Amino acid sequence: MIEELTHNQILRYSRHLLMPEVGLQGQIKLKNSSALIIGTGGLGSPVALFLAAAGVGRIGLVDYDVVDSSNLQRQVIHGTSTVGKLKVESARERLADLNPDIQVDVFNEPFTSENALRIAKDYDVIIDGTDNFPTRYLTNDVSVFLGKPNIYGSIFRFDGQVSVFYAKEGPCYRCLFPEPPPPGLVPSCAEGGVLGVLPGTVGTLQATEAIKILLGIGEPLIGKLLLYNALDMSFDFVKLKKNPNCRVCGPNADIKELIDYEEFCGVPGHHADDTSAGAGWDITVQELNERLSRDPNLLLLDVREPHELEIAAIKGAKNIPLGEVAQRMSELDSAEEMVVFCKRGSRSARAIEILSSAGFKKMKNLRGGINAWAEEVDKSLPVY
Amino acid sequence: MTILRIPTPLRAYTSGKSEVTVGGSNVAEALNDLTAQFPSIKPHLFNEGGELRPFVNLFVGESNIKDLQGVDTPVKDGDRLMLIPSIAGGSPFPLQGEGQGMRVA
Repeated sequence: MIEELTHNQILRYSRHLLMPEVGLQGQIKLKNSSALIIGTGGLGSPVALFLAAAGVGRIGLVDYDVVDSSNLQRQVIHGTSTVGKLKVESARERLADLNPDIQVDVFNEPFTSENALRIAKDYDVIIDGTDNFPTRYLTNDVSVFLGKPNIYGSIFRFDGQVSVFYAKEGPCYRCLFPEPPPPGLVPSCAEGGVLGVLPGTVGTLQATEAIKILLGIGEPLIGKLLLYNALDMSFDFVKLKKNPNCRVCGPNADIKELIDYEEFCGVPGHHADDTSAGAGWDITVQELNERLSRDPNLLLLDVREPHELEIAAIKGAKNIPLGEVAQRMSELDSAEEMVVFCKRGSRSARAIEILSSAGFKKMKNLRGGINAWAEEVDKSLPVY
Repeated sequence: MTILRIPTPLRAYTSGKSEVTVGGSNVAEALNDLTAQFPSIKPHLFNEGGELRPFVNLFVGESNIKDLQGVDTPVKDGDRLMLIPSIAGGSPFPLQGEGQGMRVA
């Protein structure tokens, strides 16, 4: 049943109604349309806010994380008062305040091959606000199988990408990226951070595309990829074509159902621990503290980036950023025992892999990194 | 000479440069010039057999070289080449990021 607008709604949406491209009929269309947003973080925040404000009648939110204060630099749907709450609940509260007339469905669960089709089937568009390859490929394949547009946005540091992958009318994500890069091949400047406003820009562009598609107006970014760089303030467009060999949307597609995306991308499960190099390598911050009291000259190897030392440092530690460990290992003595650390333990686990393959044996990985050290041993240091 | 645009994740290998001027009459020659200038970028673009890695997308102007003649695609003065990386969000390359599996951007 098509729902009409109330008088209050006509006033609320009057700036839309004034434009012939939207008008009363367009606004009614939005009211009767739906969008599923995968992720309620940096990209999902502006998408959800603008779709709710625009009057999209039903919005689905998928996320299983809780709001952390380090999210607030970019995840503008959340606030200081909702730190510690489920992201989907925090977002629902904000949207209810912004526009009480819309329905918000929340899915407090990871988006997986098991639940994705069930969750996504009742929405008109799917919006990709994820930050990892397995969920991106899953989101793409679900969109292809259900015949729905996938409004894609992705960010890294200062770079953003936006497109609409809609296999019925153009290429899908896999046509451009048939497979993800092998983990570890390209350096993550990462642990890397992101300019807070970048997902705001990219998510707002995704919201724009979603609204255009729901209204059926304008030229959607189907078959085109927008590349945005915030530092250069450059917007480049390239053309994307359907890949005849695409494994999900090509004429000879061999992937007909959802697969194991973590295996496909070579990454561990949602809750896998990437901060351990293996139990035999681990040392806890308490153990390290005790070791240092006996052996103050124990070598500490800090594999973080130099600018992170300004935030927090352990006195006397030697700094070799992870990216330079392979080239600079001659500065280290494999006969000397050392404890390797980073912010949280994942880069140091990688460093231990690199050093171990070069024959180093007397190493330990500091569990939880300098953040655990700051939380449990040296409380004068900040956690970041 | 041709301008080759370097995406942020690969700028670590081009001394931070966002654009590199390269010579050559086709894509293969242009990329050879790039790797001659910045050897450490090579393993990120090419596999051990010297072939362009499948997840590397290179565009000449608005078109993917996969839709043209691959690395034999001619380039001429004033053309703009662009490398387009797979980026995933907060942590671009899983296993290395500090973020957990499904955290969102």
